[in-house]
Amino acid sequence: MAKVTIDGIEVEVPDGTTILNAARKIGGELVPPAMCYYTNLKDSGGKCRVCLVKVAQGSTKDPRPMPKLVASCRTPVMDGMVVQSKSSPEVLEARKAVVEFLLINHPLDCPICDQAGECDLQNLAYEHGAAATRYEEDRRTFEKIDIGDKIKLHMTRCILCYRCTFVADQLTNNRVHGVMSRGDKSEISTYIKESIDNDFSGNMIDVCPVGALTDKTFRFKSRVWFTNPLDAHRDCPKCSGKVILWTKGDDVLRVSARKDKYGEVTEYICNECRFEHKKMSDWTVDGPRHIEHNSVISQNHYERTDLLKLKKEIERQIEFERGAELPPEPSPKLTN
Amino acid sequence: MGKKFLLEHVNVPGIETLPVYQSKGGYASVEKALKTMTPDQLIEEVKFSDLRGRGGAGFPTGLKWSFMDRKSDKPRYLVVNADESEPGTFKDRYLMEKLPHLLIEGMIVSCFALGAKSGYIYIRGEYMYIVRILEKAIDEAYQAGLLGKNILGTDFSLDLYVHPGAGAYICGEETALLESLEGKRGNPRLKPPFPAIAGLYACPTVVNNVESIAAVPTIINITADKYNDVGIGKSSGTKLISASGHINKPGIYEIELGLPVEEFIYSDEYCGGIWKGRKLKAVVAGGSSVPILPANLILKTAKGEPRLMTYESLADGGFVSGTMLGSGGFIVMDETACIVRNLWTFARFYHHESCGQCSPCREGTGWMEKVLHRIEHGHGHMEDIDLLVSVAKKIEGNTICPLGDAAAWPVASAIRHFREEFEYHVKYPEKVKDPKHFEKEPFVSEGMLVNG
Ligand SMILES: Cc1cc2nc3c(=O)[nH]c(=O)nc-3n(C[C@H](O)[C@H](O)[C@H](O)COP(=O)(O)O)c2cc1C
Ligand code: SF4
Ligand code: SF4
Ligand code: FES
Repeated sequence: MAKVTIDGIEVEVPDGTTILNAARKIGGELVPPAMCYYTNLKDSGGKCRVCLVKVAQGSTKDPRPMPKLVASCRTPVMDGMVVQSKSSPEVLEARKAVVEFLLINHPLDCPICDQAGECDLQNLAYEHGAAATRYEEDRRTFEKIDIGDKIKLHMTRCILCYRCTFVADQLTNNRVHGVMSRGDKSEISTYIKESIDNDFSGNMIDVCPVGALTDKTFRFKSRVWFTNPLDAHRDCPKCSGKVILWTKGDDVLRVSARKDKYGEVTEYICNECRFEHKKMSDWTVDGPRHIEHNSVISQNHYERTDLLKLKKEIERQIEFERGAELPPEPSPKLTN
Repeated sequence: MGKKFLLEHVNVPGIETLPVYQSKGGYASVEKALKTMTPDQLIEEVKFSDLRGRGGAGFPTGLKWSFMDRKSDKPRYLVVNADESEPGTFKDRYLMEKLPHLLIEGMIVSCFALGAKSGYIYIRGEYMYIVRILEKAIDEAYQAGLLGKNILGTDFSLDLYVHPGAGAYICGEETALLESLEGKRGNPRLKPPFPAIAGLYACPTVVNNVESIAAVPTIINITADKYNDVGIGKSSGTKLISASGHINKPGIYEIELGLPVEEFIYSDEYCGGIWKGRKLKAVVAGGSSVPILPANLILKTAKGEPRLMTYESLADGGFVSGTMLGSGGFIVMDETACIVRNLWTFARFYHHESCGQCSPCREGTGWMEKVLHRIEHGHGHMEDIDLLVSVAKKIEGNTICPLGDAAAWPVASAIRHFREEFEYHVKYPEKVKDPKHFEKEPFVSEGMLVNG
């Protein structure tokens, strides 16, 4: 076990845990954002650089600080390590820089993007971005293409996090897609004339942190916050069959895998569950999907209000009015 | 004449063949190492020699070897980095073309020291003619019992392979090189783990530059003490410098580390002074990725002492007034050179060569290139100059591999030392639209030019 201090809070984690996961164990605002790391995709992480943190003390044995900021998603903790995440201006500056770089070639077409409301970059831009762009050159654009009959690739929006290529590599047999070319000419692509049509390819849509890979059976059907998300399952011979149904009335508009609070899929689902079962009668509904209250999706959420929680919140506000300590900043996601 | 360790016999006719090479004492270090020394002794000897990696970063070779995980029961590998893609650097190709057996000799001794039974030469694909030269020399060595099973009747066996790359600068970065050697896309790996623990095929691996390995036979033959006598302080031995640009005698020179920069540029033994009797404006001392220095700073250190061709002296003053010896690609610019244009050329290169894995380098290199393109072509704004500094700063230190830094350092240093020239481009767009702008009317700023 190793004791680590992140933004002044100590946590004990098993050896080999990454700084990011140690921070996630503490939770809250100090958890570094992550655009490319994905817990259950081996070798993911390290690429987007938004999770950079400062290691102010390497370990008890070697207390020297690390010379550069490190990617928290790929750096293991050491006993006695002291990390600065949100508390370091240098870290915030670096994250801001990364957001600026990511937005250079990512169009802000949130008003028409299917991923609006579920997009990590949107959240990140809100928290770390600048209001105006300093970039006045031409931007990279691509034609939209179908990669398989169920998935549309909107490469212009891709931030090259490589998650979908890890899914292809680790989850599907007969991999036919990856990254072509170098630098800012890189693109996600299938081999010439190949298309992605194996049983688990749909999971690429769920891992995409932006709206570059979209579900052709759902595109433009609705904004997510107008849908009613329900946890549901079916008896599936290929996967766990545990899904979220995104419904409107009795219509199932979209089926996706269930995600944890960091937006990561907990169990991958097969394409049959995702694309071919769009009738309510195909599913056993387990209940409403819990959506974090600070997500835009909760705008129309149908969970019953927790009156006890509401009462506590009102009391907290009253305390504040009376001059108690400042309440924590509201999350930017609230206003998304 | 300075001492020559690497190129001593380079002009002997037929030196690329085994018999001639052996007639000049070739492969003596293999005899000595395999028959009279232990691997530990060899590693200690290389450590004591203070040999620093000649590929760019200057990391002590012996120390790197000592990191090799020798407890592992996996095979160990030596990989020679012959990718040589740094603009301005063209020394390894000369060494391999003229003295293929020197590299092979160095590899045999190094592999013995490291406990490696296989060694690879990862060579840039454009050097196809050298691949053939090396393969021929390797065949000769096999036939003479210097490679293969039980070398010179000892227990030690070794196989060497030559592997041409497909031509990407990033494949010179040691972990991208290993990916490429494994047959994958040449993307740098995240460190740790370092190659010494998990390198080629996840086995302990040392990656060294051609010139570093070619220096090993001399160290073993004459002993580390004697090798250390040449050079100054921690910059020991000799170094190949590929000199190019506005000099009378561009070429590859073996210098003793510690030679004054001024002597290197102006003496007839080396560059022979600036061509056409012009004045020196700037030097990029160690390949395109190191900070550029104006004439006054390349000749004198921050303390005003003569600047020497050593790792320490060139770096004196940090990046504010110093630079790096790097891979030894010494690019000289005279008074007619346009710093903005040169910087744009470098930026174009890094933009083209970024592997694209990490966002700061993928997006930042393209951004810098486009802004520099505008400034050089008379479409820049004053704010662009600070914008470039800011973008460079946001890339530096935030990327997976040092290519990001390599793209950022030249930008930051060029603007630090030649800001007026960037401002001139913005103020006089009509003048700089003519591609030969400074050839007709050299741009002079105070303290920049030095007479030969
Ligand atoms: C982008 C990039 C390109 C590089 N290209 C080369 C190269 O062509 N040859 C080389 O020897 N080292 C190159 N290096 C340095 C290698 O990563 C590594 O440090 C070197 O091969 C180690 O050898 P040495 O210790 O003998 O210097 C490059 C590094 C980077 C970041
Ligand atoms: S398509 Fe999506 S998941 Fe794939 S690399 Fe691009 S942003 Fe990442
Ligand atoms: S710094 Fe550039 S070359 Fe290196 S890994 Fe990142 S994108 Fe690739
Ligand atoms: S999440 Fe760590 S670098 Fe992308």
